[in-house]
Amino acid sequence: MAKITYIEFDGTEHVLDVKPGLTVMEAAVKNNLPGIDADCGGACACATCHVYVDDAWADKTGEKSAMEESMLDFAENVEPNSRLSCQIKVSDALDGLVVRLPESQH
Amino acid sequence: MSEAVVSDPKAKVVIVGAGHAGGSAAAFLRQYGHEGPIVLIGEEPLLPYQRPPLSKAWLKGEADADSLALKPQEWYAEANVALRLQGVATSLNRGDRTVTLASGEVISYDFLILATGARARALPIPGADLSGVLALRTAADAEALKAALGPGKRLAVVGGGYVGLEAAASARALGAEATVIERESRVLARVACETLSTFFQDYHGARGVTFELNANVEAFEGEDGRVTGVRLKGGEVVACDAALVGVGAHPNVELAQDAGLECTGGIVVDLEARTSDPRVFAIGDVAHRPLPIYERQFRLESVPNALEQAKQAAAAIVGRAGPPPELPWFWSDQYDLKLQIAGLPFDADSTIVRGDVAAAKFAVFHLKGDLVQAVEAVNAPPEFMAGKQLIAKRTPVSKTKLADPAISMKEVAA
Repeated sequence: MAKITYIEFDGTEHVLDVKPGLTVMEAAVKNNLPGIDADCGGACACATCHVYVDDAWADKTGEKSAMEESMLDFAENVEPNSRLSCQIKVSDALDGLVVRLPESQH
Repeated sequence: MSEAVVSDPKAKVVIVGAGHAGGSAAAFLRQYGHEGPIVLIGEEPLLPYQRPPLSKAWLKGEADADSLALKPQEWYAEANVALRLQGVATSLNRGDRTVTLASGEVISYDFLILATGARARALPIPGADLSGVLALRTAADAEALKAALGPGKRLAVVGGGYVGLEAAASARALGAEATVIERESRVLARVACETLSTFFQDYHGARGVTFELNANVEAFEGEDGRVTGVRLKGGEVVACDAALVGVGAHPNVELAQDAGLECTGGIVVDLEARTSDPRVFAIGDVAHRPLPIYERQFRLESVPNALEQAKQAAAAIVGRAGPPPELPWFWSDQYDLKLQIAGLPFDADSTIVRGDVAAAKFAVFHLKGDLVQAVEAVNAPPEFMAGKQLIAKRTPVSKTKLADPAISMKEVAA
């Protein structure tokens, strides 16, 4: 199990124990965390599962596909450490991961 | 029904329909702080789940019931959402504010959300009840279809819409043969432009799918109770081991209609997803709703719509501002193609193709004057995302810039 911390825009922290194989988005949605909408259910089609990955974890979360890059390019409030959380698969290597949520997904 | 109806976060909410809209409504109510009891009634024996993967990842063996569920089982008890799975609502009494199930149970409500969805349209022709003649709406349907597919199996797909084309792509991925039988002269006739239809037919054709266009189906032929072929008017028979019928869906308005709610090819609602009865909401595939950008009412069949309306109803019940308005949008995944559509081409008087159709990386923009009404993008997320903004903000565009891929969409949309 990997411990993932999600920090809402207002600072509220949620810590989840996530089964490897789920994406960072799926874990949030299944636990009804506010702040990640994931309208398309993980199809990389909507850019509403946007998160900011803590710099310490940037290189552990994998490379962005061209599709994800393009989608992110048009999301709201994009930063260099922005990712679509439906594209980050959880593994034991991500135990301790911290992600921050944007003010809004729309 | 003349008393003022106020929002009430302590009210008892009953949701009829445990699909994507119904399941999401329950989740948004709790997320928005609703404290009152929630009862979620669904005909299927399953917890709310996503349907889009049924024609894709599920068929290809890349998803299971757990990964499709909107929320895990534990969530419902923790969130105090009472479930009535395999519950069939047979009547609605708006005077008493009760819903009656086939089991005889009578459930009272303060607010009611109808999320009864749509059922797959069947072809009323001989052989329609042969084993192997399948629809693709529910997980049970998807199970049956998956069992029928495999190397060397032949799938006849009646209907060249999204369900049919996605299933054909999945069939090919599993090594099965697929023939798409379409009534019109092109696939996706109701939902996409000709450029897109031609592109998709060519792409499927290059991957071994065969097509019968301008074809009307007369009967399903069978042997020992199992389908063996689809007979077209004119006598030709498309041999098959299974036949998928994907010819559209009927909105399940009967409960609402019998209870005297206004229905027009869908239960009529406003932008709070409220019906003609202020205590009753209708959301998702069953609802006929306003589309502000297009100044008309329409029934949308999409996950984004189910979510948006679920939020609208939940917000109205709890008494908070509804979600920011969205425009209709859809996606379809076939092979390595991602089709993303924003808007609907109502009132369009011109189209512009941007990008390289042959390279499967392009977008078709539909304009009314210099305003983008809709965009259909294939492997072109910038066109889709920027297109969404242009449509929503009603920003005029330069057609020359739009047609020129050397000018970025960011610049076009500026």
